[in-house]
Amino acid sequence: MTFDLEYFNIGYLDTLSYKNTFVHRLDPRVKILVSFIFIFFVVSFPKYELAGLIPFFFYPVFLLAVGDIPLKAIAKKVIFISPFAIFIGIFNPLLDTAVILTPFGIPVSGGWISFFSIVIKFILTVSTALLLIAVTSFPGICEGLERLKLPRLFIIQLLFLYRYLFVLLEETLRIVRAREARSFGKRGKEIKTFIRLISILLLRTLERSERIYQAMLSRGFRGEIRVHKSYNLRLQDIVFGVFSVIMFYILRNYDIVYLVGTNLRGFFQ
Amino acid sequence: MHMADALLSPTVGGAMWAGTLGTIIYCARKLKEKMDERMIPLMGVLGAFIFAGQMINFTIPGTGSSGHIGGGMLLAILLGPYAAFLVIASVLMVQALFFADGGLLALGANIWNLGIYPCFIAYPLIYRTIVRQKMSPRRITIAAILGVVIGLQLGALSVVLETKMSGITELPLSTFFLLMQPIHFAIGLIEGFATAGIVIYVRTLRPDIVDDLESVKALSSNRSLKKVLIVMAVLAVITGGALSWFASTYPDGLEWTIEKIYGKPEIPGGKNPIKESLSKLQEKTAVLPDYSLPSKGEQESKPAWPAVDSGTSLSGIIGAIMVLGLIILFGIGIKIMRRRRENR
Repeated sequence: MTFDLEYFNIGYLDTLSYKNTFVHRLDPRVKILVSFIFIFFVVSFPKYELAGLIPFFFYPVFLLAVGDIPLKAIAKKVIFISPFAIFIGIFNPLLDTAVILTPFGIPVSGGWISFFSIVIKFILTVSTALLLIAVTSFPGICEGLERLKLPRLFIIQLLFLYRYLFVLLEETLRIVRAREARSFGKRGKEIKTFIRLISILLLRTLERSERIYQAMLSRGFRGEIRVHKSYNLRLQDIVFGVFSVIMFYILRNYDIVYLVGTNLRGFFQ
Repeated sequence: MHMADALLSPTVGGAMWAGTLGTIIYCARKLKEKMDERMIPLMGVLGAFIFAGQMINFTIPGTGSSGHIGGGMLLAILLGPYAAFLVIASVLMVQALFFADGGLLALGANIWNLGIYPCFIAYPLIYRTIVRQKMSPRRITIAAILGVVIGLQLGALSVVLETKMSGITELPLSTFFLLMQPIHFAIGLIEGFATAGIVIYVRTLRPDIVDDLESVKALSSNRSLKKVLIVMAVLAVITGGALSWFASTYPDGLEWTIEKIYGKPEIPGGKNPIKESLSKLQEKTAVLPDYSLPSKGEQESKPAWPAVDSGTSLSGIIGAIMVLGLIILFGIGIKIMRRRRENR
């Protein structure tokens, strides 16, 4: 991915998070907790599970549809990232060759099943993480985390980082462009040049931090930063949370897919 | 070397989050005790700097492919261990949310793997020990390379152990180990070299800024090694606890390792009190009894479909397609309803 793309991607997810829908309005605490519980339930499936994971798509699809998030925005990211899970998972079909399933007479080894199980788990967990930020906004998540009693200093760090991320990314964009304009092919990308470029960026950053501190002081900073609170726990937050967790529990413990499948098969025969 | 949710079991992921959260709280408390006020904006922008700096790439000597720095060691050198750990945690958190690097459950493990080792082992025990007497460029280079290499080796080792304990991969421990460690040794050499280069270049260019930075850092990172060692002991107990908790609930991965070492599936020499009390505690508070929630595919050794006849799997396939179809319809339905309401 090129630099510009990465940069605009962050901005894009950020703009999505300022919509005003039912899921956007939910208390961030509830969304953070429910998403975590969702991931816990998904990864708690044993490694040969495929069918049981399918019903869990309801949660990301719900966030996507109700939050009015374009499918493309999420799908593109899910497809292109984290080769690590795939890289580690692809060894399963090579190493675990015992046939455990023969649908329509085609032998399928345990390795392939556990590999696809990893892929499905990956899609579920990664899309949920992306959707969480797309329907909550970063400051919203920070507020939620603060009210979940994470240390104030860490929350301030997150907010500061986010605020200056865009500023520094633009600065870096200019540096990278300047380098590209002055170099051919691999020239100019040596580690020596890199060290100088990044050192300059570091010095500029340090000077910027000094200016920020002066600006903070002149606006009355006395070592304390207050985090804005804009959410209150309402009835619909509680209903959403309780309902979601009950759904996860039911889907985890009852084999819906098998039930639907047997009934349908009976219906057709 | 980002871990992914899909490769983790809930126990390992939860244990790593517990360790990471504990360290975040500890670091925040430590900083709050005494901290230069300038530290707050400094930490914030340096986090953004690491994030942005990772987007400048360079050619890796001898290979032709390109890489970028991780920056954990650089942060530890600039800010001291406590502040650096919080900055690393915040950078990884933003990456986990916006790029979904790995996912939310794996975030705990990722912060641990990339934060703990550079901040609490490599920096205080290696870098500072070497550089303490004399700050010559050669010493800085040796210290940075050694520190980064050891930090990354420990991180990669943790990735191997966490994945293996989760029991999702079929890769044998030794193969996995041989796959991860050499690559991260090479990455460590380059990152260490780059880190040293940056530290030396910034020192020669603007010694005044470096001195200024040292004075900010001095207040917030206390220099006694004893405290760091106590932290490490606490962390070791947490890890040990996590391991034994894991061992009591999920017999496969760890016992496999133990079997390799001792030739028996149990560690010889009687019971492990931590393990017992933890497993008791877990039984009482069990949301996830016995590794997974009670369900059909309880045991790892037997496949999710116990009966291997094609009729059962046919039901499974039909059911899966139907359920997926219903979920997609449900999503499209909501979108259509929304559009209608907006058009009205």
